Amino acid sequence: MTRLKLALGPILFYWPRQQVFDFYEAAAASPVDVIYLGEAVCNKRHQLRIPEWLDLARYLADSSAKEVVISSLILSESSADLTAIRKVVDNHGLTVEANDQGAIQLAMERGIPFVCGPTLNVYNARTLGWLAARGARRWVMPVDMDRQGLQTLLQQRPAIETEVFAWGKLPLALSARCFTARHLELTKDNCQYRCIDYPDGLELASQEGRELFTINGIQTLSPQPMNLLAQLPEMAAMGVDVVRLSPAATGMAEVLAAFDRTRRGGQGGEVIASDGVNGYWFGQPGMVHSPPLG
Amino acid sequence: MMELVCPAGNFTSLKAAVDNGADAVYMGFNDHTNARSFSGLNFSDKQVDKAIDYARSRGKRVFVAINTYPHPARLATWEAAVDRAAAHRADALILADLGLMAYAAERHPLLPLHLSVQASATNLEALRFYTQNFGVRRAVLPRVLSMKQVAQLAAAAPCDLEVFGFGSLCIMAEGRCHLSSYVTGESPNIAGVCSPAKAVEWRETPQGLQTRLNGVLVDHYAAGENASYPTLCKGRFVVDGRRSHALEEPTSLNTLALIPELAACGVKAIKIEGRQRSPAYVAQVVATWRSALDEYFIHHSDGVTLDRKRREWDSSLRKHAEGVQTTLGAYDRVWQ
Repeated sequence: MTRLKLALGPILFYWPRQQVFDFYEAAAASPVDVIYLGEAVCNKRHQLRIPEWLDLARYLADSSAKEVVISSLILSESSADLTAIRKVVDNHGLTVEANDQGAIQLAMERGIPFVCGPTLNVYNARTLGWLAARGARRWVMPVDMDRQGLQTLLQQRPAIETEVFAWGKLPLALSARCFTARHLELTKDNCQYRCIDYPDGLELASQEGRELFTINGIQTLSPQPMNLLAQLPEMAAMGVDVVRLSPAATGMAEVLAAFDRTRRGGQGGEVIASDGVNGYWFGQPGMVHSPPLG
Repeated sequence: MMELVCPAGNFTSLKAAVDNGADAVYMGFNDHTNARSFSGLNFSDKQVDKAIDYARSRGKRVFVAINTYPHPARLATWEAAVDRAAAHRADALILADLGLMAYAAERHPLLPLHLSVQASATNLEALRFYTQNFGVRRAVLPRVLSMKQVAQLAAAAPCDLEVFGFGSLCIMAEGRCHLSSYVTGESPNIAGVCSPAKAVEWRETPQGLQTRLNGVLVDHYAAGENASYPTLCKGRFVVDGRRSHALEEPTSLNTLALIPELAACGVKAIKIEGRQRSPAYVAQVVATWRSALDEYFIHHSDGVTLDRKRREWDSSLRKHAEGVQTTLGAYDRVWQ
């Protein structure tokens, strides 16, 4: 199972600059094989500007044995957003995680290899084959796809690497509206970048107190992490190449260690294995854990 | 003139749309291949012929929506739907999956393709991607752009643009929202439904009416409050100890006020949402929009006349809105 690679997804939350640098310093010394980085959620965030993300990416690529991928913005609305995507694609040498079809178009025109991010809605072999023939070297399965669908797709042996979102709060939706600003009764244009106060997002619960979603600016995520630690052997057997761990502000070292031990056939991930949700993998609502926890 | 594109969930609604002034109608097959896959809705092959005959004999166009993402094991069903729509001589296909677009472009090169809102194309490069690779002629824009952003995109777009004029307001970028499947297991991308009826529960309690989705409390109403269908993005939730419509209130999109601006920037078509709504909804909403478009494009009414009439139109549309209120949604920057 050791051929299963571990990837860190891009940080989806807004963290202070120093926290970002500290996080990647730790990542460089960690067992992860692939590091995705860059601002994928909100182009207004500026603790690191795009040239600084690119510098950080190049530094990590040069100073560690990691594969480094720069992630593009998922939802672009303004011409400034599109400019940001262009700057990310025109990075001279780094692979790009294309998170919308605009980024794919730019990468294809320039003949740059790209990774298809999880929001590109690649659900079947025809779509995957089309992208693989045009420079996609890896795809990240949509978070709501189940193991049966993945199995069917992988049995057709696509000529491309497969990555599965295996740990972290599930990115569920994006809006034009900033929900963090709305909660704080601020306008989006005067958001004061307050999402920086919520390094793991802002919890949204039902009126009965059940954790339901996490608010992160224009993004909505699950409150619990997706957790497919127990499914690593199954994924490896199916032919999955990479598993993605999505950054959290705390506890990431333990998560990484548990995934690393498990992919090597070791034990010790029990505490983490019973945490979180995994319903999507089993074709059930994303919020459930299967089998049900006692 | 902007084309008025109207919903046809069944033959009665299609007639209502055509008879009340639609320029085109959009419809789907009665299976999971379209994003309004509700029981009792949509068309069999036989009904499609009848519908197309009815519309075409009155000079109207018919678009077929095949705008969910094909399941890996059932790709053949979606490809067959494309072939069926071509055999019925649909005026255009509304597609979201790029593999299916590649299939349609190869097998039916003369059949015009429209990009579904479910494909989430929000920028110029994404539009170029679909026009250059699959010959897409028109794109339906997600309800996430401000009026200014729509105008900027329209100025450079390599294809025609269609925007939403009225109906349920998706506040999330369409095709990228998994809220419904997170709670119920089904969402528009794969299953063609949002907040499916089978997961809905209306529960009377001593403290008032509760609406639930797969057991999750979406809202709890005091006596006298209007209850709405429990769509997750429009529930009342608790954030930081405060109860509110944290994402959005029950409301519908209504862009009548933007007709002059949309026309000026070159938007080619207005889409009315609501294949799941009643024929009465379709008849009244389509008739109102027909009046509004004619007033602007044919009678060239001045701003004062338009404003006066718009108050009547708006109040008639509000009756068909969720929560009996309407909004400009993301078109209005302040909403964002």
